Parts: sequence; structure tokens; C-alpha cells
Amino acid sequence: MEKLEHPLWIVDVINAVLGPPVKAALEALGFHIKAEHGIVIPNYLVMVMLIVAVLTVLSLIIRSRLSVENPGKLQIVFEDGLTAVGNLLEEWIGPKGRSFLPLIATFGIFILFGNYMGLVPGLMAPTSNINVTLGCAITTWVYYHFHGIRAQGIVGYVKHFWAPPGAPWWIGFLYFPIELVSHAARVMSLSLRLFGNIFGEEMVILILFTLIPFLVPLPMMFLGLITGALQAFIFVLLSTIYLQGAVAVEHHEDEHAHDAPSGRQAPAAA
Amino acid sequence: MSKRFVLTFVLVLAGGMFAPVFAQGTGAESINLEIAKWSIITAGFALGIAAGLAALGQGKAVSAAAEAIARNPGAAGDVRGALILGLVLIESLVIYVLLISFLLFFFKPFSG
Repeated sequence: MEKLEHPLWIVDVINAVLGPPVKAALEALGFHIKAEHGIVIPNYLVMVMLIVAVLTVLSLIIRSRLSVENPGKLQIVFEDGLTAVGNLLEEWIGPKGRSFLPLIATFGIFILFGNYMGLVPGLMAPTSNINVTLGCAITTWVYYHFHGIRAQGIVGYVKHFWAPPGAPWWIGFLYFPIELVSHAARVMSLSLRLFGNIFGEEMVILILFTLIPFLVPLPMMFLGLITGALQAFIFVLLSTIYLQGAVAVEHHEDEHAHDAPSGRQAPAAA
Repeated sequence: MSKRFVLTFVLVLAGGMFAPVFAQGTGAESINLEIAKWSIITAGFALGIAAGLAALGQGKAVSAAAEAIARNPGAAGDVRGALILGLVLIESLVIYVLLISFLLFFFKPFSG
């Protein structure tokens, strides 16, 4: 597998510039890294930094040109995207859902850019590395637990692990372990889904490319356009559902569940 | 799907299972080779089975959603949301198998 990772010029450039100071700093902290071919900062970290830089510059450009009467094309695209995520949050979580927009929309944009980066020659998709997707998943996990505790209080939050509303208390002996496993599995499912999709995508393109390096990988790359957007949307959707499950204050009258402010009912999904 | 096909299939499976018995060397190297071979075979079959069964499940979900939208076009948005969520959860199982088969195929764990 290691042979498949071809060196990227941008990684070489960044390592030539930032490599020695980073290595010196890490060794001062007591970490010893094996630099192969002078690569201290791995591919995916360079790509993540690139996304952050590009998004920051893009956002600054848009902010400098914000206008109500005469919005630019870029502004309209970003507004539509953010409005879509905001509407999704409101639909699932309720009126206060929009307060979760910053993190969730950031993940959406980051993952979308990350997925599409793999299709640009000379770059690779950072989301095809397990470290990046695991970082996103763990951040989401900590975030929704934090907001669950903040919304329900620590006692209420633990109680919501113990038994579903309207169930007898002793069901907790059965329910609690299942809930624990299900919440732990969410990290795995969020990270591995994204990683597997993008990594598999890249492998398929690579294998097709080694077989016939002309025009044949194109349909797969087109599929990659769809998968990239879909996976970003799915990450956002699942984060929203997990947030809704954690934040929703439970109503004990189940007949009126449809009138509850918390929009739809979450499926019992991992 | 004649009797002959089933017979051949069973014979091939049995041959595969008893192949280590007929294998010549008993050293660690031949066992490693054996494990590597079975890793590749397992990877292919696992992904095939997973993809086939998940396709059945997804087909069922899509057909139900299409029927629901045909009966009640007003609910198309809600049905589509539920459909995508369900498809994703089905598909993620295939992705797990895909990752495991990648692992088996490229890294060949347990083969020393």
C-alpha cells in the first residue's frame, strides 16, 4: 500500500519549508518521528492545511464583498448552502437547532472540499485517511454529548441512557449496555463510512487507471462527484440526528409526539 | 442450477478445505502462503456476498419509497429523507466489509 502513495509536489514543498522547524519542535517535546525521504508532515495534514487556507481566503473574499442589493455568485452559493444546512437543523432539532449551525456546517464544507480534492490532479483527498475522518467523528461525538449534558443536565442525560420514556425502570439493565455500545459504535460508523467510501473510490480509480489509463476511469470519477457530495451531506445529516437525540427534551405523552417541537422522531440507528 | 453445479461447487469447496492436508511442506512458509491465498479468496467472496445482499435490501427500500411517493406525492420530501437515511445505513455495512476486504487483500494479516 505504501508504494501506491505517490509523492505530491505540494507536500514536498511544504516539507522543505516547514519540515525542519516542525521536526525540531516535536523533538523538543519528546516525540521522535521517522522521516522517510524528508517527509515530516504527512500528505493528509498538508491537504487539511490547504483546505483551511483555501476556505479562509474564500470566506474573507466573500465577507469583503457582502452586499444585500447586489450579491455575487459566490455569495449566493454559500448562502444557499448554509441555508440548506440551517433548515435541516431546524427541521430535525426544532427552533433552537440553528445554534448548532457553525460546527455542523463547517464539517459539511470541510468534508465536501476534502472529498473533491481527490479529483484534482496533484492533490489527494484527506478524507481517504482514517485519521482525518476519525478526528471529525470524535469531535462530533464529544460535541453532541456536551450539548446533551448542557440541555438536560448531567443527571437527566444519564437517565436518558437508562430507559426510554414510558418504559419501566428495570428495562435499564437491558437498555443501558445496548445504549453504551450504540453510542460507542457511532464514532466507528461515522468515521469508517466516510473513510471507506472515499478510500474505496480512490482505489477503484487507481486500479482502473493502472489497467487502462485513458478515459476508462472517467465514469468512476463522475461517480466520485456524486459520492463526495452525498457523503458530506450524510455526515451532516447523521451529526444532526445524533444532536437531536442528545438535545431533545423528552415528552412523556407519546400520543402528542407529533406536536413536539423536536420535529421528526429519530430512528433507532447506530 | 443443476445437480452437477451443486456437486462441483461442493467438490471445489471441499478441495479448498482439505488443500492444506495435501500441501507438501509443513513449514511456516507454506502455512503463510496458504493463509495469504485464503485471505484473497475470503476478501472477494465477502465483498460479493455483502454487496449482493445489501443490493437486495436497498432495492426493497427504494421500491417501497417509490410506491409511497406514487401514492402520496405530497409526502415526497419526507419519504426521500427517510429513504436516504435508510440507504446510508444499509450501505455502511457494505463499506465495513469493503474495508475488511481491503485489509485482507492488501495487508494479509495473520500471514506472518
